[in-house]
Amino acid sequence: MAQLVIKGLQVSVEGESGAIEILRGVDLTINSGEVHAIMGPNGSGKSTLAYSIAGHPKYSVTGGSVTLDGVDVLEMSVDERAKAGLFLAMQYPVEVPGVSVSNFLRTAATALRGEAPKVRTWVGEVKEAMSKLSIDPTFSERSVNEGFSGGEKKRHEILQMELLKPKIAILDETDSGLDVDALRIVSEGVNRVKSEQNLGIMLITHYTRILRYIKPDFVHVFAGGKIVEEGGPELADRLEEKGYAQYAKA
Amino acid sequence: MSSVLPTNYLTPTGREEAWRFTPLKRIAGLHDPAVSVIDRISIELFGSARAGFNISTVKASELPAKSTTTDAIVQRLRSEVTEVVHLKIDNEAVINEPILLKRSVGSSGEFSRTVITAGAHSKASVIVENTGDGIIGEEIEIRVEAGANLTFITLQEWGPKAVHMGRHHAIIGRDANFKSITVTIGGSLVRLLPTVEYSDQGSSAELWGVYFATDGQHLEHRVFVDHGIPRAKSRVNYKGVLAGDGARTVWIGDVFIRQNAEGTDTYELNKNLLLSDGARADSVPNLEIETGEIVGAGHASTTGRFDDEQLFYLMSRGIPMNEARRLVIRGFFTEIIDKIGDEVIQERLMSKIDSQLETLGA
Repeated sequence: MAQLVIKGLQVSVEGESGAIEILRGVDLTINSGEVHAIMGPNGSGKSTLAYSIAGHPKYSVTGGSVTLDGVDVLEMSVDERAKAGLFLAMQYPVEVPGVSVSNFLRTAATALRGEAPKVRTWVGEVKEAMSKLSIDPTFSERSVNEGFSGGEKKRHEILQMELLKPKIAILDETDSGLDVDALRIVSEGVNRVKSEQNLGIMLITHYTRILRYIKPDFVHVFAGGKIVEEGGPELADRLEEKGYAQYAKA
Repeated sequence: MSSVLPTNYLTPTGREEAWRFTPLKRIAGLHDPAVSVIDRISIELFGSARAGFNISTVKASELPAKSTTTDAIVQRLRSEVTEVVHLKIDNEAVINEPILLKRSVGSSGEFSRTVITAGAHSKASVIVENTGDGIIGEEIEIRVEAGANLTFITLQEWGPKAVHMGRHHAIIGRDANFKSITVTIGGSLVRLLPTVEYSDQGSSAELWGVYFATDGQHLEHRVFVDHGIPRAKSRVNYKGVLAGDGARTVWIGDVFIRQNAEGTDTYELNKNLLLSDGARADSVPNLEIETGEIVGAGHASTTGRFDDEQLFYLMSRGIPMNEARRLVIRGFFTEIIDKIGDEVIQERLMSKIDSQLETLGA
């Protein structure tokens, strides 16, 4: 069992006229096997929460704590956080020209496992994971995220999650820009990894659509840099009906 | 100092636009008619002759240059070179294995002219391998005849003292495709003019290049694409990496779309990655357009340090900082080098680059 505990997290970014506070005290605990949906309007700080936990240098933590199984995450470098078992599926995955997907996956797996995966089993593992996500085998030879369609980028993120076997995954608007078929494939991938690896998930989304495919155990409404309401799946239905306007002043 | 020059060209002083970046003191008099330079054939075919092409040495007067140039060194060598190497690819020949030319330079300054003719509807690739420490001024004129497909690769794998002043000029015929890959990773001072003109419509050029400058190296590439014919296409993509004190690169990308060049489609790109302080990259794209009736014309140039987003992405997958940097740098080179299409050469170049990076601790 893994447990990610976020307590009173405050985060700011450097703006033109000084630091701008974005997260204003976030409290959230995610256990293995749980799906927590974080829902909220654009600009509420959802992505900042995701990137802060992953350790993006743009964000500075000014208060609070993040621990994984009791160990301070905020003290770790970005790669150490991944080694500890955290994974961030990005909304806008970054292009890395000249680095092939196969080289990238192998390098990452080697770093996380502490030794190079055995060639024969690794190739099979990658092929199988790719076919489950309906990813064409020629994909391996392409440069990371370069020239990928929106759907390909998101499937590539989930492919990494499947192969790198994190304990807790943060999915930042993985549903955005996906058509129904792609959304279904990606969601099936997430559900598969969750059930096989008992993954804990923070599912950040603007829309309720993805929640029809990935069933949340908890729904948290995010507004103004903090969680303003919490509940079960029924809260998502209410948001579907009423929208975020009621939280606008929060 | 002689007040009367023996020829009608002017000796560069360094104040000219074309020479303002080049350290003239280091070019061993190739530009200066007062310094004598040997006329020498230094390029030869590697491996045995094969069907589909022929290589010969002819009198310079029998094979005059078809293109004009304003470059002082090229003008000078044209007037001094007595013999020209001619590589002629037969019309309609399809040659799968690359034609490999190796250049072995002497220890004193030398001039050389080469003409490559890709016959009509032929398909071939030519690789010129430059190694050793020498001082050379050279011109390679590449004539790509109608419907021909030619890939022209030059590898500047020079030793640390080499001085190389070269013009690689392609004249591209009707519906012909010319692709060049210029790799410059060695030499003390290298200044190349990869230039293109079109002689008929429907022709296209892709110019790829990669350079890697370390301590004290000056590597300069001055690309010029002259669109003087309607419906021709060009793509230029040069990438550079600089590391170490005094590493210096210059990239000029001139594209000229003349008034009659309607339907031109061009894009040029230069990216430089600076790995350390004390290195300097100049990047100057120039686009001059005389007609608005074109398909597209654009350019982009970036010079900077590591992209933080790329490093963050790689590190967020568990890859440590140093390894993430190495991946990005290798990827930067690989993007161009993989286009060579010869795995032995690609691996050799990458291992040279790797060992230089290791020395630098990058």
